[in-house]
Amino acid sequence: MSPNLKAALLGPLNKNNPILVQVLGICSALAVTTKLESSLVMAISVIIVVALSNVIISLLRKSIPNRIRIIVQLVVAAALVTLVSEILKAYAYDVSKQLSVYVGLIVTNCILMGRLEAFAMGNGPWASFLDGIGNGLGYGWILVTVGFIRELFGSGTLLGYKVIPQSFYDAGYMDNGFMMLAPMALLLVGCIIWIHRSKNPELQEEQ
Amino acid sequence: MEAISLIVRSIFVDNMIFAYFLGMCSYLAVSKNVKTALGLGIAVTVVLVLTVPLNFLLENYILKPGALGWLGDGFKDMDLSVFSLIIFIAVIASFTQLLEMVIERFSPSLYNSLGIFLPLIAVNCAILGASLFMQQRDFSNVGMATAYGFGSGIGWLLAIVGMAAIREKLEYSNVPKPLRGLGITFIMTALMAIGFMSFSGISI
Repeated sequence: MSPNLKAALLGPLNKNNPILVQVLGICSALAVTTKLESSLVMAISVIIVVALSNVIISLLRKSIPNRIRIIVQLVVAAALVTLVSEILKAYAYDVSKQLSVYVGLIVTNCILMGRLEAFAMGNGPWASFLDGIGNGLGYGWILVTVGFIRELFGSGTLLGYKVIPQSFYDAGYMDNGFMMLAPMALLLVGCIIWIHRSKNPELQEEQ
Repeated sequence: MEAISLIVRSIFVDNMIFAYFLGMCSYLAVSKNVKTALGLGIAVTVVLVLTVPLNFLLENYILKPGALGWLGDGFKDMDLSVFSLIIFIAVIASFTQLLEMVIERFSPSLYNSLGIFLPLIAVNCAILGASLFMQQRDFSNVGMATAYGFGSGIGWLLAIVGMAAIREKLEYSNVPKPLRGLGITFIMTALMAIGFMSFSGISI
């Protein structure tokens, strides 16, 4: 694999992470992370949609008139998201109920539009596909990490199975209900950003 | 009366940013000074007030199962709800385009100060989110849908202006280096959201 393709695939996992560095796609990242299962499903849906729409736009890129490109990109994205949400409704109805409107909101996920605009409009289909997978994974690992922490400490379960033994509860341990509330997701992402930036000093901002 | 309570609820209790995290991207990017934050907040509110009722009409007279009944008996069984996402986003994108052209024509100074943020409203999750929530909640008439759009817009405006004001002050404080900028903004938003949670459970 050439260095360029490798950068397209692996860059977004760390130094160029869509959530931690480019600040894209925050909305859905926070709302679906109360449970590990819904975070996983959301991460997979985003990976699929970003990769496929990247490929489609990159195939069409020479024939899209510049003035209406946003609408074309939105329509392609909306068609793919509709497909994903119908498949979820058919095969994983409970999860799709939990995700509620957030599956539909993948359309306006800034990662998607950002990648279509910044990468797929100027690169070939194969590179765009790898870029889509990379960015989807970069988004996914944050989502899964936050979901893991929130479910473990918030309800003592992982993927619905009890992992904190009953003896802990007998000894006085309590689930942290605060983890299930919305603001906790923001705090956790804030802390992940803190750790990530102290490891990568070149990303720190001068205020 | 019902409409007023809906507006108050959607401003404080169901706040777009603090309760649903919608529109976070532009919220984080534009909340650096109060003036642009206010301009963007007003633009978002205008787009919400226009698109939510329009999408409500489309939903109830075209997309819902059986909504095409007014065309004749043959259309009673049609169910076009699969297309709602595409239609909603198309309506929103074209309204943003329209608003951009109107602002450019009548107020070039506002147009220049908003710059690239105007077209970005089309991909602001808060706008599509409001339409999707409208679909989920099944409002009784257009008035309620408009009230919902207005309330959500004002809630978003309050949040972004408040954040911008805090960030302007934050420039003078000594934040740990890795936390500067993005990190501290997240934590501030979390604290503000905890504050807004005290409104939940209020019934008006």
